[in-house]
Amino acid sequence: MKAEDIIKPENKVYSRPRLLDERNTHYCPGCSHGVVHRIIAELIDDMGLEDTTIGVAPVGCAVFAYNYIDIDWVEAAHGRAPAVATALSRLNPGRLVFTYQGDGDLAAIGTAETIHAANRGENIAIIFINNAIYGMTGGQMAPTTLLGMKTATSPYGRRVDLNGHPLRISELLAGLDGTCYITRQAVHTPAAVRKTKAAIRKAFENALAGRGTSVVEVVSTCNSGWKMTPAQSNDWMAEHMFERYPLGDLKNV
Amino acid sequence: MEEVKLMKGNEAIAHAAIRYGVDGYFGYPITPQSEVLETLEELMPWETTGMTVLQAESEVAAINMVYGGAASGRAVMTSSSSPGVSLKQEGISYLAASELPALIVNVMRGGPGLGTIQPSQADYFQAVKGGGHGDYHLIVLAPATVQEMADFVGLGLDLAFKYRTPAMILADGIVGQMMEKVVLPEQRPRRSDREIAEQCPWAVTGKQGRGHRNVVTSLELESPKMEENNHRFQRTYEQIRLNEVRYKEYYTDDAEYLIVAFGSVARICLKAIEDARAAGIKVGLLRPITLWPFPTEAIAEMSRRVKGILTVELNAGQMVEDVRLAAEGRVPVYHFGRMGGMIPNPTEVLDALVADFPTLKK
Repeated sequence: MKAEDIIKPENKVYSRPRLLDERNTHYCPGCSHGVVHRIIAELIDDMGLEDTTIGVAPVGCAVFAYNYIDIDWVEAAHGRAPAVATALSRLNPGRLVFTYQGDGDLAAIGTAETIHAANRGENIAIIFINNAIYGMTGGQMAPTTLLGMKTATSPYGRRVDLNGHPLRISELLAGLDGTCYITRQAVHTPAAVRKTKAAIRKAFENALAGRGTSVVEVVSTCNSGWKMTPAQSNDWMAEHMFERYPLGDLKNV
Repeated sequence: MEEVKLMKGNEAIAHAAIRYGVDGYFGYPITPQSEVLETLEELMPWETTGMTVLQAESEVAAINMVYGGAASGRAVMTSSSSPGVSLKQEGISYLAASELPALIVNVMRGGPGLGTIQPSQADYFQAVKGGGHGDYHLIVLAPATVQEMADFVGLGLDLAFKYRTPAMILADGIVGQMMEKVVLPEQRPRRSDREIAEQCPWAVTGKQGRGHRNVVTSLELESPKMEENNHRFQRTYEQIRLNEVRYKEYYTDDAEYLIVAFGSVARICLKAIEDARAAGIKVGLLRPITLWPFPTEAIAEMSRRVKGILTVELNAGQMVEDVRLAAEGRVPVYHFGRMGGMIPNPTEVLDALVADFPTLKK
């Protein structure tokens, strides 16, 4: 029996989004990036924005996002995506400009660019993947790493006296006048995926309507970095991450 | 009729940027170049040409805004002074690696560190030898007059787009701050989206119906491909070396000694040379206008005709290394420099020349 014998147009409920490239990604099995990529590819197609969207990729695991979603992309230096997006947005009216950034990129090395782009109210959408770890470089401590969490650079667990507190940057961004929509979501269940998709759609709409900066934080798993199975990671995230990073809208004006 | 204006070099940069049809300027205040951003904000070009002017939160952000603007094929620029230009080096390396045209202005002040706000030429190495990481070059233009400050905005951006590589105006605090007569270029319109799509088919603008994605990136993890990228960059630099060397010679026809100096220092040296000639010493001046590509051939040629060469710089001896490489030991090459914001007068230059070449002593 072949796949075509089972998958017929009348019973097809899901297919690869048109703008998601048909190629293997470098992401680990179980990683949240793939789901968020799919959501973005679906939305850009659904919203008819293929020809007018510019994505800004970060340094981190999503550095190759430009290889997976079939739109125009700029690959920014580490943390600088909001500055790059600022100019792209201001110099190219009528485009949807969004950044896709991890926690190290957005909340450590790029904190200044993030805060000031948001404070200026740049008409951009920021998709923020918070998995509490540096995935690409091999599982080092991130600004969002939980207290007690073991990483390659906090091998005995993050300590507040040594490393400070896990940074809730979305709460900080919600306090800025330039932001219009700050929300924290996840993609660990079908219901959560649907909510995240609605959130990213809203962020894209805000950017296009010139309402200011939107940030969709996606609390995510990094099963490789966390040294767990994908299923364990989802459970661990729900049990530990959501306590520090509760889901829901922080700002919606 | 020509419209002659009197203004500072920094102001000329701002006016010339608007006249060229620059799409975006991104800057951060730092002495002695803040007049560039101040003048642009005062002139409000967004009301006339539609040019974007933005005060960034840092030089790091400003150069990355330049990166974003350049990636979309727009004519973009930034300006700063030495400590700020150090902060921009990461972004400059990325611009070079992504083959993006852009203009960076450095109105040099004395360093290292916070140094002084007074004029200097101590960023020569940083500008012409790299500055940021990796094998790359900038096209480096050294203005000596306010007129050249204005003219090199257009020249720098034209060259940047011609070769798809960032260009730098390496000015010093003297030429940035002094007022002189200047004739500004004619106002040109900013390029339309269609012109950008035609002239910069690589630009990231949204796919705009072209059917394939454009990606601007400096990343290539496959080493053979990364080496090929580097070979491509080097081929570009070779073309620039072949085609874009610019310099001016003064009193070199019968010169027995040669002074090499760039920027405003060259003008001090010109006065010293006039004084020398009045005293019967036949000295000429070669003023590199492009510091990279360097006028190696012209200096090599002069080194076959003169008895000795003196470089005069506002630093501890940087360009002198390139002059020595050009002279290849045919004649002695000496350096005279002042540092930390000190500027030599023509008498000091002449004294240095006579001190280095004892046969000149009467």
